[in-house]
Amino acid sequence: MPSPRYTREIPGRYRLEAGRCSGCGKLVYPVRRVCPKCRGREFETTQLSRRAKVVTSTVIHVPPSDFQMQSPYAVAIVETPEGARMMAQVVDCDPNQVLPGMEVALEFRLLKREGRAGILCYGHKGVPITPGG
Amino acid sequence: MREVAIVGAGMTRFGELWKYSLRDLFVEAARGALESAGADRLDSIYVGNMSGGQFVGQEHLGPLCADHLGMAGVAAARVESACASGGVALRLAYLDVASGASDLVLAAGVEKMNDGADVTAVLATASDQENEVYHGITFPGLYAMIARAHMAAFGTTEEDLAWVSVKNHRHGAKNPNAQFRREVTVEEVMASSPVAAPLRLLHCSPVTDGAAAVLLCPLSEAKKYTDRPVKIRGSGFATSTLTLADRENPAVLDAVQLAAERAYKAAGVGPKDIQVAEVHDCFSIAEICCIEALGFADRGRGGQAARSGMTALGGKIPVNTSGGLKSKGHPVGTTGVAQAIEIFEQLRGDAGERQANGARIGLTQNMGGSGASSVVHIYERGF
Repeated sequence: MPSPRYTREIPGRYRLEAGRCSGCGKLVYPVRRVCPKCRGREFETTQLSRRAKVVTSTVIHVPPSDFQMQSPYAVAIVETPEGARMMAQVVDCDPNQVLPGMEVALEFRLLKREGRAGILCYGHKGVPITPGG
Repeated sequence: MREVAIVGAGMTRFGELWKYSLRDLFVEAARGALESAGADRLDSIYVGNMSGGQFVGQEHLGPLCADHLGMAGVAAARVESACASGGVALRLAYLDVASGASDLVLAAGVEKMNDGADVTAVLATASDQENEVYHGITFPGLYAMIARAHMAAFGTTEEDLAWVSVKNHRHGAKNPNAQFRREVTVEEVMASSPVAAPLRLLHCSPVTDGAAAVLLCPLSEAKKYTDRPVKIRGSGFATSTLTLADRENPAVLDAVQLAAERAYKAAGVGPKDIQVAEVHDCFSIAEICCIEALGFADRGRGGQAARSGMTALGGKIPVNTSGGLKSKGHPVGTTGVAQAIEIFEQLRGDAGERQANGARIGLTQNMGGSGASSVVHIYERGF
């Protein structure tokens, strides 16, 4: 994937900014041009919490080439308390323990080194919140 | 709208066909369809193809295919909806004939996947590049997430998933065109190497080269080409969110449900009228979710269908008598048309060892991405 496109994703990907539709109140993440619920065009920027709950998950054993050195690794769809859902790796734990219902903190991490040039790609990963921690 | 019939069909065998290029595959399937109907002209050609551009670096397949068929001049274009490309090509061909714009149309699908491309990366382009692939998810990974959601919501088990593969390999062992013509056991499936938990290698459809083509004309003219036409009774097409995370319930394939509702309405039939079906089992969990969305099983109960024999040959509604994508193979843009050929043969009584007894009404369901697009067709014996 060509890297210049990544700059456009910074508000959502690096700062976890979502949009709340001014028309119907739906939370949209990452923000888009048109609200998928009411087709409104105006959004207020909303900061997402840096924690989330696993909705569903998998453990990747056959990875894409840029992720070859990381496998096996857990990937999950997680949902923040605001209701935003996103794809994120869940790390610093046994990948087989990443199951629906697990609570995670969203931490800013290096995701991969892209292609032959090894361009650094950042984003958020989930880290399990230990009980009482 | 005119009534439309399929009057001819042709396909290559499926597999790693190192001696065949994309154009060779298309021509073999297209010649087969034309010769089976004794036709020597076409008004238009729709070529279902997911990613000639990435698999073999070849776009602009319409003129390429028409030219190599010896028919430069004929209207021809490539149709893309990821793994639903073939089904959508069939739908456009159907609408072309039904509208009265064309009288003899070829709906084809072709995919050359084994030519050195990074197949995992190419297939991943059918999902959301910015919000899914960026984080290291793969296609098996997305369906694994669907499987885990289905397990959590309905108690579906890994053994239920394994039974889908066992059933489809039993069917595929009887199909001379199948890529993997052999049976597998539940134990073999459950001991195969993990790909994306809970999915293992034998839950996944293979990487396949192959092409398929069907010839369509108005039902009123079908007897010119064959004594045994198969009528297309209805076509339904729908989309859902591209990103799996944006679906309210990841265990529900809502585009499949919507496409099915539209096809049933167009055909004037319901799920209980369907006697044989080809559904999109790119992964074992997909067949379970699809038979629920099509109304063959209640929501959450699809996991028991293969094990109980309901969807096996001889059962209440045989599903994937061809072997499905799992055993027959899954050349992605070809699949939708190959499914139509299996139902064409079933309704004509030509399916040999795989024949579903006395089938008069059949269905095909083809989908793209993690279920973001789906197309359903319903067919009836036309003789």
